[in-house]
Formats: sequence, structure tokens, C-alpha cells
Amino acid sequence: MSVSTDERPLEHRFGPYGGQFVPETLMPALAELEQAWLQARADPEYHAQLNGLLRDFAGRPTPLYLARRLSERVGRPVYLKREDLNHTGSHKLNNALGQVLLAKRMGKRRIIAETGAGQHGVATATVCALLDMECVVYMGVEDTRRQRPNVQRMELLGARVQPVDAGARTLKEATSAAIRDWVTNVQSTHYVIGSVVGPAPYPALVRDLQRVIGDEARAQMLEREGRLPARVVACVGGGSNAMGIFAAFIPDEQVELVGVEAGGDGIDTSRHGAPLTVGGRPGILHGSRSAVMQDEEGQIVQAHSISAGLDYPGAGPQHAYLRDSGRARYEAVTDTQALEAFRVLARLEGIIPALETAHALAWVLAQDEGELDLVCLSGRGDKDLAEVLAASET
Amino acid sequence: MQATGIERIAHAFAHTGKRAALMPYVMGGYPTLEESLRIGQACVQAGADVIELGLPYSDPLADGPVIHAAGTQALAAGANVSGVLEVARALSASVPVALMCYANMVFAPGVDAFVERLARAGVCGMIVPDLPYGEGPEVLEACDAHGLALIPLVAPTTTPERLAAIGARARGFLYTVSVVGTTGERRALGEDLVEILARAKASTHVPVAIGFGIGTPEQALQAAQAGADGVIVGTRLVRAAGESSDPAAAVGAVVGELAAGLASTDRRASR
Repeated sequence: MSVSTDERPLEHRFGPYGGQFVPETLMPALAELEQAWLQARADPEYHAQLNGLLRDFAGRPTPLYLARRLSERVGRPVYLKREDLNHTGSHKLNNALGQVLLAKRMGKRRIIAETGAGQHGVATATVCALLDMECVVYMGVEDTRRQRPNVQRMELLGARVQPVDAGARTLKEATSAAIRDWVTNVQSTHYVIGSVVGPAPYPALVRDLQRVIGDEARAQMLEREGRLPARVVACVGGGSNAMGIFAAFIPDEQVELVGVEAGGDGIDTSRHGAPLTVGGRPGILHGSRSAVMQDEEGQIVQAHSISAGLDYPGAGPQHAYLRDSGRARYEAVTDTQALEAFRVLARLEGIIPALETAHALAWVLAQDEGELDLVCLSGRGDKDLAEVLAASET
Repeated sequence: MQATGIERIAHAFAHTGKRAALMPYVMGGYPTLEESLRIGQACVQAGADVIELGLPYSDPLADGPVIHAAGTQALAAGANVSGVLEVARALSASVPVALMCYANMVFAPGVDAFVERLARAGVCGMIVPDLPYGEGPEVLEACDAHGLALIPLVAPTTTPERLAAIGARARGFLYTVSVVGTTGERRALGEDLVEILARAKASTHVPVAIGFGIGTPEQALQAAQAGADGVIVGTRLVRAAGESSDPAAAVGAVVGELAAGLASTDRRASR
């Protein structure tokens, strides 16, 4: 299955969430991006280009895999949607391909991106090499340390990795730095946001580009099992792989949607990355209103997770809306649980998952009940080996 | 009856005695709350007509590295809303104070509660750089209800349609961003300054101030000669505060130079 033209709305808001809380300088660029996306989305030529690259360059469709030994362990069938087999090792390439192609249509020559775990940075650097675009990737200094192999990959692909030495030196600061670059270079530059966050139209745009995960998985599941899954489970940092797989199942009301956030040291501590699970007053971060970790006065607080990709104090506005409306639920698993699931999947299935993905797997492993689970295996874990080995020594 | 914030700002622009109003930016709580008050007082003594007081924020998307770092340091030194509003209260005895703050801090306690708190502290206006026209109409309603000026920003990229809408709703003054970018010093102002200012002035009935990238007396004068009713200087002053062991004296000296630069030609005589 491939991305096809559609007439669905491009939402600015999801209930009370979303919006465009950005400096005035960016407002015309957001309007221009929205128009460009509406035109591209309706243009068969754009889709032919994108679908061709998704098939021949990325390797789509990715397999739907029945994890037999994992299924035996939990006592029910568990299917894995193998986004780790997408080129560059994660779902991030789906969005990067779509956005950089779009930027090229818009006549932009320069691409910027933020990255936490490095997967989005690598995907963007890859597409920029493919399409001959200048590429700058902002990455927190702490993340350049714990995701060293991805820094090397980005540089090999010709991107400039710009370390960000502010705050906790992770994804939040990298995103802020990328937005500041965009404010400064908006006329020449397209900002490829890596998740379903940011000002409108990004949350809807990134979801549109990632829903290929859910569209494929839904059709594959019907073909294999003749029925829909009882549950769809995915990890949520900003929430792009989750929104991509959820999007296809939102109308199937009998299918439960579960987003798994970073519990860090535990959601009863302050060291976690689970704003959707914890709840509380919504806030504004990186241009949209959503679930945000903040203090009484509205200062954004630092998240914590062993997984760089989930180490983020916000989440996409549509997730906050799905939570409030009851259509999806959000829970958290701790660093320790995620590390355990990382090892379990390696031993049971011969698949080393990303630490981000390991959160979704840990949630599945912790459930006694269930009928038929579909898990988005959003990325591969080679990048995490050093971090996991270091964690097991302490 | 006491003058509203909007009236105080209008009065300040009308009685500068200079070519254009001088509007220094002071980061509240940087390097400490006490010192930031002394810096503000030094600005007033050196000729400030309006003070723009920054409320430090964790994620200031419109600010360049100097002001961002100052905000981070202010927060680390314990600055909070009540502390910065005490600085505002003390300064507003002498000049109108406009608070520059980010949207999440306005919404966190509830818009009306936040604006009312500002009004009670004597703050005359509010600048929210990540609240563009179209977002949060309740903020303008609350500001109007409390007599506070919600001062909007326009950028060189702003379309004519948006400029007209923003100019029509402007209170206090129209904050015109001189460059495409974040706050910070620039070697030279853009050649299109006259055009940017003319465009802004045609859109609104309130004075037009220009900021972002202005740091020297020459640039301040250039902006005034290009038609600005007010000149905002931020990063240059925050840098001066950070580089000196006597921040108030250092900032006061720079503001004095800027005031002298602006006073070199009388404003009314030039019209």
C-alpha cells in the first residue's frame, strides 16, 4: 500500500490543542508550507515520486511479522510492524522523504532538522544526500555523546551536525535551536520536523506522511489474520510512529490504541518523559499547545529517559486530543523495564529493537490479558548498544 | 483617575524630547533581581523613555544566544514572576514598563489572572513574541479589560494582509522587527529599513518602534532617521551587563551613548 491523494482536512487544532505559537517571522512560512502540502497531497506526480522512493529506496512495504516466541511468552499472538527494516533503520525515513521532496518542490535549497536519538537526523541526512540538498542537523551535546554512531552516520552522509549546548542538551534544546535557525533563514530553508509536534501544519503533515505505517499494517493484518488487532501499541516521545500507526485504526472503534511513554525513574518521580500519562494542565511548547511537563509558572521542565528519542517534555497535540476523547490511552514504562524488554526481544526473536521501541515492547510484556496485539517496531537498536551495555554495568 | 498603561505609553512617546523614544531591554533577574533593578534605574537615569523588561523563560524561541543565556542564568539565580514584577513595580514609578514574556507563562496561571497581576504591579504593556496575530484572542481581551497595552510584533516577512490586521489591533506601539531572525546584534541594518518602517507606520495609528539587531548609537540614529518613533536595544545592553563587574554602570553608560546619538537632532524640528 502506498500514500495516495486525499481530501482529508489539514487540521490546525485538535480540540483545544495545536495552534501556531511561533514568532511572527515564521507565520508566512507556515502558510506557504500548508499551501504547498495541500497542492502536493493532491498531485499524482508528487505521489508517484514519493511512492517510488518509498518502494525502491526505503524498501516499503515493511513486513508484518508474527513474533512466535514472544507470543508464546505472553500467551497471545503479537505482531510486529517492522519499521526497523525501513532503510536507515526506523520509521523516520517516511517523513523525511515526504518533507524533503516537498521542500524541493517549494524551491528550498537548505534543510534543517532536529534529532534526539539521531534516527530522524540520519533519515533527513540520507534524503538530503539522495536529493542533493544542504543539510544541518541540530542535536543536543548529551545526545551526540550517547548516540555517537548516528553522529558519524550523518557526517558520512554529508550533513553538518550542530551540537546544542543549552539546558539539558537533549531533544528539547535541539528543537529550539532548529526553530531559531528557521526564524533566521526562513526564506532559503525548510525545517523538517521529525515528529507530530510543532506549529500547524506540522502535526497533521507529519501524521499524513507516517500513516503509511498504519495503512500497510491494517491491510497486512486483515490478510494474515482475517481480523483487526485488538490492540495497537506504540512508543510515544513526540509521537510520530504512534500517530502513523494509530491513524489508520482511529475509525475502528473496537481496536484499542495504546501509547507508551518514557517512565524514566518512575512517574511518581520528577525524572520521566510522560506528559500524556501524568496529565495536568496543558502547555505551549515548540509552537503548539499540548501535554507538556512544566512548573507552576509555566517554565518547561526537563524530561528524563534512557532513550534519547523519548527524552522530551512534550507530545504531539493530536495525542493529547486522542487521550482526552478516550480514543487512545497512554501509559508509561520505566528505564529498567525498557532495558529488560530490549534484551528479551533480542533473545526471543533475534531482533534488537531501538530503546524507544523497547518501551512499547515492555508494556506488551507486562500485560497478562489480551487477544491480538500489533506493535509498531519503530526502529532498530544498533545505535543503543553502547548505552545499554553501560547501563547493565551499573 | 490613574492613567492606564496604554495612556502612559502614549504619553512617553509624545514627550521624549528626542528624535525617537529610547527603549532599553533589561532581562529581569539578570544577573540577580536586585542588580536587574539597578540596571533598569541606570537606564532611566541615562534617558530611557520606556523600559522593556524581560521575564526569563526556559525556551525563548525568539531570542538569540545572548538573551537566551541571560534568561537561563536569571532562572538559575532564582528569578520568578513575583520577583520580576517587583522590579517592574519599582521601575514603573519613573517610566512605563512593558513586560516581554512568552506565551506559556501567560496561559499557565490563566490569561486573566496573569494580566491582572501585571496591571497590579504597574506594568503598562505586554509583548509576547510567540503569540502571533490569530492565536489567543483572549489575551487581547484581558489586556484591554485591564488597560494594559498588548504590543504586537511585525516582521519583514509579514504579509500586507497580516500587517493591516495587526496594525489595526495594535496597542501602545507596534514592535517592528528589523531583520529576519532572532534577537541579537548585527553589523549593519538592512537597506530596506525605510521601507519596513513606512509599511509599518501606514498600517497603524500607534507609534512604531523598531528592534532586533540595533546596538550602536549610529544604528539607533539611523533607525530614527528612517522614521522609527522608538528604538529598542536589547542584546547590546544584556551583553554589557554580563561583561562588567558593575553591570548597572556599564549598561547606564551604553544607554547614555544611545540617548546622545538619538538627541543629536531634535525630533519635532525634523518633522
